[in-house]
Amino acid sequence: MPESSAGTLTAPEKPAKQKPGGTLYRGREGMWSWVLHRITGVAIFFFLLVHILDTALVRVSPEAYNAVIGTYQTPIMGLGEVALVGAIVFHALNGLRIILVDFWTWATRHQKVLFWIVIALWVVTMLAFTPRHLINVFSH
Amino acid sequence: MTTIEAPRTPVRPAPKRGVNLEKWGWIYMRVSGVVLIVLIFTHLFVNLMLGDGVKAIDFGFVGGKWADPFWQWWDVAMLWLALIHGANGMRTIVNDYTKPGTAQKLMKLALFLAAAVLIVLGTLVVFTFDPCPAGAPADLLPSFCAA
Repeated sequence: MPESSAGTLTAPEKPAKQKPGGTLYRGREGMWSWVLHRITGVAIFFFLLVHILDTALVRVSPEAYNAVIGTYQTPIMGLGEVALVGAIVFHALNGLRIILVDFWTWATRHQKVLFWIVIALWVVTMLAFTPRHLINVFSH
Repeated sequence: MTTIEAPRTPVRPAPKRGVNLEKWGWIYMRVSGVVLIVLIFTHLFVNLMLGDGVKAIDFGFVGGKWADPFWQWWDVAMLWLALIHGANGMRTIVNDYTKPGTAQKLMKLALFLAAAVLIVLGTLVVFTFDPCPAGAPADLLPSFCAA
């Protein structure tokens, strides 16, 4: 390992009560918010590619568009839409958390509690969305 | 004392002159992200929560929305902001998990082409869309086509 201008850090020999793999970041709120932000971001990106192509079918014919959008109204896709909305809502709320952590020193110090606020707001939003959406999918 | 080794990535200072594209990319992700929250949450609320939700979406539904320039511009703004936001996020991931070289360049080219082609396609679709195409069955069209 070559020395770089970034220098080195020293840590105490015996950290108090260290869990296996547990550090300031690894395995903690900061890491999981990053992991979830990546996974949801990639998932939303690939859905977006498909969603633009299916919507473009309105330019082909009403029959072509209706045939494809009809597949979005099946029970299995209805459950997929709950997952999609869940991914979008998490990515949106955690994105706001990232912006706060970037620009506001209080938020930088309290990024862990902000992660749990993100989770709580996600639960509330999904409780508002999921029942109504599933009623639409399964009862009409 | 335990020594934590320095990160492997050497320090790469930003160029002193010219436009710092990485900085503007960083700013873009935050600005477009905030705007997209408003655009997409409204999109989801109108299309999935109001009325019969996803069950009400068909050609007539889209025709009814895009008869109004407000929703045309709303959807085009979402298209541009979201695809550039998504493609730039994917570029970050490519940078994280691949080494510089031909393969990395090809992956970034693929991301650029996917975003560019879909932005052009989507924009053309929204603004050249005909809600009442000739010869289509009337029951598939928005109600205003009969007039």
